[in-house]
Amino acid sequence: PLRRVLLILPFGTPLGGVYKERTKDAARLSEFNGKMLLVSWEWSYVQTPYIIAIWILVASVAKILFHFSQRFTTVVPESCMLILLGLVLGGIVLLTSKKQLYQLEPGLFFLFLLPTIVGDAGYFMPARLFFDNLGAILLYAVVGTLWNAFCTGFCLYGVKLLGIIDQKVQAGLMEFLLFGALISAVDPVAVLAVFEEVHVNETLFIIVFGESLLNDAVTVVLYKVYMSFVEVGPENVQTADYFKGVASFLIVSIGGTMVGLIFAALLAFITRFTKKVRIIEPLLVFLMVYLAYLTAELFSLSAILSMTFCGIGCNKYVEANISQKSRTTVKYTMKTLASIAETIIFIFLGISAVDKSKWAWDTGLISCTLIFIFVFRALGVVMQTWVLNWFRLVPLDKIDQVVMSYGGLRGAVAFALVVLLDAERVPAKDYFVATTIIVVFFTVMFQGLTIKPLVNWLKVPRATNRKPTINEEIHERAFDHCLTAVEDIAGLNGYHHWRDKWEQFDKNYLSKLLLRKSVYRKSELWEVYQKINIRDAISVIDQGGNVLTSARLSLPSMASRASFPEVTNVTNYLRENGSGVCLDLQVIDNVPGAKVEEESETHHFLAGNLYKPRRRYQSHYSRHFMTVGDHERQDREIFQRNMKSRMETFKTTRHKRHSHKKDRKQDLNDKPRRNVSWQDKDPVVVTVESEDEKGEHLEPEKEEDVGITFVARKVPDTPKERPKSVPAGLEVCQSPSVAPPSPTCSERNLPWKGGIGTLPVCVSMEATKIIPIDLQQAWNQSISSLESLASPPAFMGNHVPHCLTHSTTEQSPNHTHQLRPSNPLSSATSPSRRRVFISFNNSGSTVSIDSDIHYKHTHTHTHTGYWTNTAMMILRKYSEHPIMSTLFPI
Amino acid sequence: MHIVIKLFGVPLSCPITNSMNIWFSCFLFIIVTPAHIVRLYDRFEALDKEKTGHLRPQDFGAINRLAMNPIGDRIIGAFFSPGQETVDFHSFVRILAHFRPADKKHPKDPSMPEPVNSRTSKLKFAFQLYDQDKDGKISRAELLQVLRSMLEMQVTEEQLESIADRTIQEADLDNDDAISFEEFRKSLEKVNIDHKMSIRFLR
Repeated sequence: PLRRVLLILPFGTPLGGVYKERTKDAARLSEFNGKMLLVSWEWSYVQTPYIIAIWILVASVAKILFHFSQRFTTVVPESCMLILLGLVLGGIVLLTSKKQLYQLEPGLFFLFLLPTIVGDAGYFMPARLFFDNLGAILLYAVVGTLWNAFCTGFCLYGVKLLGIIDQKVQAGLMEFLLFGALISAVDPVAVLAVFEEVHVNETLFIIVFGESLLNDAVTVVLYKVYMSFVEVGPENVQTADYFKGVASFLIVSIGGTMVGLIFAALLAFITRFTKKVRIIEPLLVFLMVYLAYLTAELFSLSAILSMTFCGIGCNKYVEANISQKSRTTVKYTMKTLASIAETIIFIFLGISAVDKSKWAWDTGLISCTLIFIFVFRALGVVMQTWVLNWFRLVPLDKIDQVVMSYGGLRGAVAFALVVLLDAERVPAKDYFVATTIIVVFFTVMFQGLTIKPLVNWLKVPRATNRKPTINEEIHERAFDHCLTAVEDIAGLNGYHHWRDKWEQFDKNYLSKLLLRKSVYRKSELWEVYQKINIRDAISVIDQGGNVLTSARLSLPSMASRASFPEVTNVTNYLRENGSGVCLDLQVIDNVPGAKVEEESETHHFLAGNLYKPRRRYQSHYSRHFMTVGDHERQDREIFQRNMKSRMETFKTTRHKRHSHKKDRKQDLNDKPRRNVSWQDKDPVVVTVESEDEKGEHLEPEKEEDVGITFVARKVPDTPKERPKSVPAGLEVCQSPSVAPPSPTCSERNLPWKGGIGTLPVCVSMEATKIIPIDLQQAWNQSISSLESLASPPAFMGNHVPHCLTHSTTEQSPNHTHQLRPSNPLSSATSPSRRRVFISFNNSGSTVSIDSDIHYKHTHTHTHTGYWTNTAMMILRKYSEHPIMSTLFPI
Repeated sequence: MHIVIKLFGVPLSCPITNSMNIWFSCFLFIIVTPAHIVRLYDRFEALDKEKTGHLRPQDFGAINRLAMNPIGDRIIGAFFSPGQETVDFHSFVRILAHFRPADKKHPKDPSMPEPVNSRTSKLKFAFQLYDQDKDGKISRAELLQVLRSMLEMQVTEEQLESIADRTIQEADLDNDDAISFEEFRKSLEKVNIDHKMSIRFLR
């Protein structure tokens, strides 16, 4: 009932309108007697989405503009600027059309704008911090909000009786209590907007922000109860109604939480099974979280509570289940949506204020409200903190209390609620609306503007944006165990005792149910370890990789530890250079067993040897895997770099497409169903990860093992031995134009490749070992001409002691191509700079293409299929390329 | 015979037993508020099944939840000073006093010896959980042991080793392939130990 009405309000009319307009257009069209109009004005058809899109565009541009001046944005919070912009825009609209067309529609706000912000906040809520402070948050949210609401309501009524508020404001006790209820709640949107820029320490932030989220239940219930009281009239209120109010509070809050948790469990459970349809994962997350909100709203429970708890509850499991790409997508999409929603909310708050119909100014009411909410907020915080500090391990000191009182910002929720009031039942609605606008503006603009200097002045401990190191992670876990043990010894069922119990329960039941098997078997600390490694790698690359250029670093990794004595070199080197980064990019299989070993080596080999980092890719690095066209771009890179020097004619991408098409045609012969081009497939490739197949599909994995094309052997052969080992299966393959390289087995496992696997595998493991000496020289010569062309910023010579071209590597570290007959694993495990060595059996002669591909894999086993595929694509290009025929005449 | 202590104005009675002398020594040496001592004393007696006034490792082992704690054994071990088979109430409280939150209201008196709940003592306590051979260093093997007990079964030995290597590499400043206490302290410099190694009820 509270917000159910809203459903119809905002979108009922415009959408219905669109439909009607459309039919009208059709009718009008027929009036033209079939005359064909070349261009027609279809404004009424596109109006609604067009206006929405324009508003979003305005909001985005406004955001961009504000961030032009660094100095300005550090002083003035964005929310203030947006409100000001809204005021200006509102003024323009008012001047041009004489009446305010736009305002913050409660329906739009509650159903679309608020959920995006709350969803983002809930999903990315730091769960540990939240639950550590849950007691404080609940106290402030429930008791604090009740206190604020009652005190503000009663005192306003008292002031009214005293005559300070004008007689025009026709409101009784119930109306004032109602107003007090809606004005007293701290607003999550405003708090987020302001506090995110202030960067107070996490505890303080989570308490204020948590309160703003969890007080929704109180607000909703108070609002509902008072509404009904106002409706029946204060004299008809019975004692039972008060108890009903309490019961309603319990139902709304607990019910909302339960709905959220149920949806969280559902979402986590569903994401267990999305292995084959990775692309849908982000959508599922959004859908379920949003459904949690809507469902709560449907049963008139607390929607914010529901969404928050859905986010908190599902995060751990969902993040573990979905792929890295989906994680990134979820993150960025949520942040984008929330940011835009926030911008729109503030702009519309500003616009809504510029409306003559809303201005029912009463100085007494406004000033009293401002004073009361501030005073009671401060009083409430101080009193509650006093109680709370009896029970808190870390007491909240005076500075914290000041910031908490001052941070009690009111915002759009209050505004939307007050707009929803029924003017017939609440005659003073206009006064309340005006007062709410002033209160919101005052808190967001004045307090938002001054909170930063205040925080600076009080020297409030700031949040550190530091990510924990592996040491901290390990030791903190040990501390947790330690505290649990001590509580057990002291015979105390304290916080740590229950946390431990919950963790046990989670491990034994919940995780088993909600995590996919392959993930469940992984250890959390191991994940953390890998994350830290990747972060380091990225930061090193972000620094330009220059740290590594001068010295040839061998980074300690498991496989190389035995073979390389200089284990500590890296750290020393990095330390000396003050980079503070510790590189350890070793890639180790998660699943034990000899069977997987080789396969994993191959994986790492490929996954590690990614395209070389270049400066212009830096932005792309920091948010790895955001760009879909990556794959293609890298191909182009490799392609162009090589072709520029040799064949001017092959610069254009047209040729590439051409060759793609050729491939495709051949593929089509194999499998008519496959009617997508390579480019089309790229995004799909991205979604496939082999990591999951490990646990659940052992068979295909095994197949992959056998038929894998790209091999790094652990024991390097001596050069002399190599030419002798002629593989048996060499004759299988004909010229590339006749038969394209057959897909590898890993490709075969990819969904779109299903069923192609019948072709003979023409590239055998053995083939990689062979390089005719004469070819090698030819290749080397042609390559050396390339060297000066593209010089990537960083290159690290691999440690390949027994490699034929070892000397070449050392002399010219900027090779783009090298002939590498065989690649011992040691080269594969040397971190950060790796290469893909692709060996391709081309009718008796083996071409070895060695390209530096930058390091960008995030998970040991991710994207194997992807990279195998990339390698195959490179091969295909080369196989069609004239250079192949010149170098290796068939 | 009972002694009555007031906690928040609520009188609590505590039986005076043979170990009363130990009891008083606690007052004198350790700054734990009396109410907690009473509580701890009850717990001590409950653990002390044979009423000897001393706890043996078995007594700790009888705590069910402790058996499930991955580093439970080490913590039990921390209660027993080297060469000692038992722990009396005094030491019991003294060990637990490590987990008292630091007292902000009464700033540290420089003339007094370092309190047992200071940051350094807390860290020392944590450090000796790792450093089982008491040579002042967490060696790779020692770290591996802790990791092995803390991580679930799914982690392979190789993974453990790589985590351990990385951890040592990160903290190790003097390249001795081990973490000394100083290095341990440095690596946790940014962590609020007082929050992470304190239990509220001991305040």
